[in-house]
Amino acid sequence: MKLMVCPLNGPRAITEFAYGGAVRPMPDPDSCSDAEWSDYVFNRAGSPGIKREWWCHIASGYWFIAERDTARDIVVGTFPPGARDAPA
Amino acid sequence: MAPSRLGHVMRRLDPHPGEWIDRSLPLGFTFEGREYHGFSGDTISSALAAEGVTYLARSFKYHRPRSILSFANHDSNVLLCVDGVPNVRGDVTPLIAGMRIEAVNTHGGLALDKARILDYLGRFLPVGFYYKAFHSRRYFAYWERLFRRMTGLGQVSLHAVRRATPKRYGFCDVLVIGAGPSGVAAALAAARAGASVTLVDEGMRCGGSAVSHAPLQKLIDEVYQSASISVRPQTEASGCYADHWVALVDRVRLTKMRAKAVVFATGVIEQPAVFRNNDLPGVMLATAALALLSRHRVSPGRRIVMIAANLEAYEACLALSAQGIRVEAIIDLRSQQEALDADAEMQNCAALGMEILHSHAPYRAIAGPDGAVCGLDYGPLDPNLRVDSRKLRRISCDALLMSVGWAAAAQLLQQCGGKTRFCDSLQQFIPDELPTGTFAAGRMNGVYEIAARIADGERAGALAAAHAGHGRAGDAPVPRSTRRPSHRFPIIDHPAARNFVDFDEDLQVKDLENAIQEGFDSSELLKRYSTVGMGPSQGKHSHMNALRILARARGISPGELGLTTARPMYHPVPMKYLAGRSFHIERRTPLDSDHAAIGAVWMPAGNWRRPEYYARTGENREQSVAAEVRAVRNAVGLIDVGTLGKIEVYGAQAGIFLDRVYAGRLADLRVGMTRYGLMLDESGVIVDDGVVARLGQEAFYFTTTTGGSATVFRELLRLNAQWGLDCALVNVTGHRAAVNFAGPLSRDILQPLCNVDLSEAAFPYLALREACVAGIAARLLRVGFVGELGYEIHVPAGRAHELWQALMEAGRTLGLRAFGVEAQRVLRLEKGHLIVGQDTDGLTDPIEANAMWAVGMKKPFFIGQRSLKILAARGPRQLLVGIEISAAGRLPRECHLLIRDGEIAGRVTSILRSQTLGKAIGLAMVVPELAASAGELAIRGEGGEMIAAKIVPTPFYDPQLLRQKAVTAA
Repeated sequence: MKLMVCPLNGPRAITEFAYGGAVRPMPDPDSCSDAEWSDYVFNRAGSPGIKREWWCHIASGYWFIAERDTARDIVVGTFPPGARDAPA
Repeated sequence: MAPSRLGHVMRRLDPHPGEWIDRSLPLGFTFEGREYHGFSGDTISSALAAEGVTYLARSFKYHRPRSILSFANHDSNVLLCVDGVPNVRGDVTPLIAGMRIEAVNTHGGLALDKARILDYLGRFLPVGFYYKAFHSRRYFAYWERLFRRMTGLGQVSLHAVRRATPKRYGFCDVLVIGAGPSGVAAALAAARAGASVTLVDEGMRCGGSAVSHAPLQKLIDEVYQSASISVRPQTEASGCYADHWVALVDRVRLTKMRAKAVVFATGVIEQPAVFRNNDLPGVMLATAALALLSRHRVSPGRRIVMIAANLEAYEACLALSAQGIRVEAIIDLRSQQEALDADAEMQNCAALGMEILHSHAPYRAIAGPDGAVCGLDYGPLDPNLRVDSRKLRRISCDALLMSVGWAAAAQLLQQCGGKTRFCDSLQQFIPDELPTGTFAAGRMNGVYEIAARIADGERAGALAAAHAGHGRAGDAPVPRSTRRPSHRFPIIDHPAARNFVDFDEDLQVKDLENAIQEGFDSSELLKRYSTVGMGPSQGKHSHMNALRILARARGISPGELGLTTARPMYHPVPMKYLAGRSFHIERRTPLDSDHAAIGAVWMPAGNWRRPEYYARTGENREQSVAAEVRAVRNAVGLIDVGTLGKIEVYGAQAGIFLDRVYAGRLADLRVGMTRYGLMLDESGVIVDDGVVARLGQEAFYFTTTTGGSATVFRELLRLNAQWGLDCALVNVTGHRAAVNFAGPLSRDILQPLCNVDLSEAAFPYLALREACVAGIAARLLRVGFVGELGYEIHVPAGRAHELWQALMEAGRTLGLRAFGVEAQRVLRLEKGHLIVGQDTDGLTDPIEANAMWAVGMKKPFFIGQRSLKILAARGPRQLLVGIEISAAGRLPRECHLLIRDGEIAGRVTSILRSQTLGKAIGLAMVVPELAASAGELAIRGEGGEMIAAKIVPTPFYDPQLLRQKAVTAA
């Protein structure tokens, strides 16, 4: 079982976490085209590589950002959802 | 010394220092119904061998007699049934007094097995037989019946006792797998650096297969004395998973061990030579003979012939000789030149009278009248590694030992991502790339001499400790051995075959060659087609030889083929170790025992158990549900709604937050009022609904659906983290109980219990009041879900029982009934209220659900808004409508299809018979044209009959909402 380092709680077994989807910058809903919006809502990049994702430590309800390399199956790093990491 | 009788027989020798058996503790047991005796410290196989039992098993396919081969947990032929438990391995299972041991896979006992005829029918059982036999559907049933009767190793008892085997969790800095010389040294080095160490080995004791060696014994003593090393013998590391998570299996349970670093000192597995009849009882690996002799004092035979291809063969001959076992001859596959690495040992063997024949090979073993080995035909080996059958010589013997090579036990290393490469000079796969935090040492790492193995273990142990944060270590590698411990092709062709490569599956050289011929010429394909390496020993004695055969056929090196994928488990593991505890979460509300006391019939709702209805004597289910509905419509009813998700949100921007996550406008909600809220996802699909109440300027309290509470709360936390608004969320689902007290009499009954004015003017529909009910601090919400005057009363969970009893008592003489989920479904359907997840699915948006009244499209932003704009422009694919069925008779069921002009035009989402309205009503998702037509339609019911229905407006009951708004109330 993999371990993940929660920025709040330290290293924990992966079963303590829930995946919350990729971190995706939302296009401006008022100015973007229907096609751009649909692309944002429905399309995800599945190719192997570094992914920026939302993860939740279930027991504490703490959400953070994790960078995972899906080609190598390793967690590169985890960060609190600060201004640098979390898009508005 | 001449053999006392023809053929192979083992026997117990006199006591010898260092033996593992305790002769003061004899143990009686039975095998195939006969009584035998062994000693404490015996395994089943060693005890049977010591008693002279020649046959321990019959082979899987040809039912050939088999006995000890490896004596190292790879004797997958000797699977026994012990006291009703199948798949017990004789070579490693300690003998216990009173064991009742049975052989498996025989038809009439080991000696007289009727199925031994299969050995003569072998040519009708070609490689890939199942694929060929089952190719035709016509004969499938015939073959299936035959195989079900003939095959399989033992029987699973359907009456076995269910035993819970709790798992354990372990933690350590350094896990060392294998307690041979390198593993012991690694554990000590890591412990010296300050690491906490766990040392596991599948054997009964430390030391591995190494024979007595004084410096090693000193290290083993140190290991046992070290306070920071936990030694776990008879424990298999069975699987390696991510981040150094290793499954340890002992004789009692599974331990999930989390290590910071892992040292693989897993050693090597001795490989058999392949020649005709190499499976006869009495033919065994040299390490097996040595272990039997030195640990259990079982003599492998009286006249021994060694088939040799490495230094270890000569060392074994000397060790046997030192314990009084006579070795007649050594048949060495190598030339004298190639064997120079064993020069000194050869001279010693020769001096002891052993005949040494270089460049010779075994051609076929000869079976005596008892079926065990009694001799060997051998001949000179030509440069193409073939024996000239015209120049054969015969030697008699009663045991034939093999020491021709090794295979790295690299399976666990591979499981955690380690890569191997083939080393030509060693003729062995060695570690190439190791994942972070894993280290390899000893013979598996290509280091063979005992001093070097200890040095290599120390190196790996120090590195592992440093990785775990203890001490520092240099990485000066220990040089790999320069001699060749493994022969490059210890495989001798024979026209009559029976030269076994895989003893589990009875595969011979020609089977593999035929499979290769048929095109299965990669290592993975060959494995799957021929099943080589797929038996209980998982290729531990067959994989290398199969690779060598495939490599020869293709004219390449085994290194170019590579090892097949190694998967957990390394050894078979009892299913009970792996099975979970059948653990299902079932949540109960604080009122659970109150429901049980009045006859609740339970149903699951999400993780909760809820009363479906309350059974009363003299009523059936339908009558109870109908009576509960009537109570709510005519008097008053009480339902536990504590399973709803309950969330509080506080902060200056709490209103803005709710405006973003709910489709409706909430920021303008007045304090003390509630509003229905609809939650959408980004694509505009309805995901949840509930009631939002404003407690104060910066405080809201809202409910979610029963099933959605955990996921909705988690997603709201994520959105709050993402947006960084000035607000915070609290999940109070478990803290608060809630009931809905509804019916025309609800206000009159509640008022005397309550310290606030419940009059219509003071507490109107959709209002919220903080109040005291029956002395309990409560939140009261005027809701209309069931379509009557009603109050949701939310109290702290600990006071729920008090509240329930007070309300029940207050309404006792006034027709009050507790009602369950089924009555609530009737009541809400009469109102045409949808249930998210029942009347909507994963694609339903509020346009389709006729719920745009709860959507504030003019708001600046909410989740799903932009998608709804696109959907609104496009027009709906379907619409939720009310339907009614006037005719009596069987009703359609949920998900039955609406048919128009022979085409599917929709489906029923809810349907039931309303006593209140005297007809069947329901909701259906239909194509928009049908929704507009408001006409007659047909539903295809159970069994295909067509049921007439028509589309009608909703709500079915009290369309002006007069009752829940209490307009008619006094």
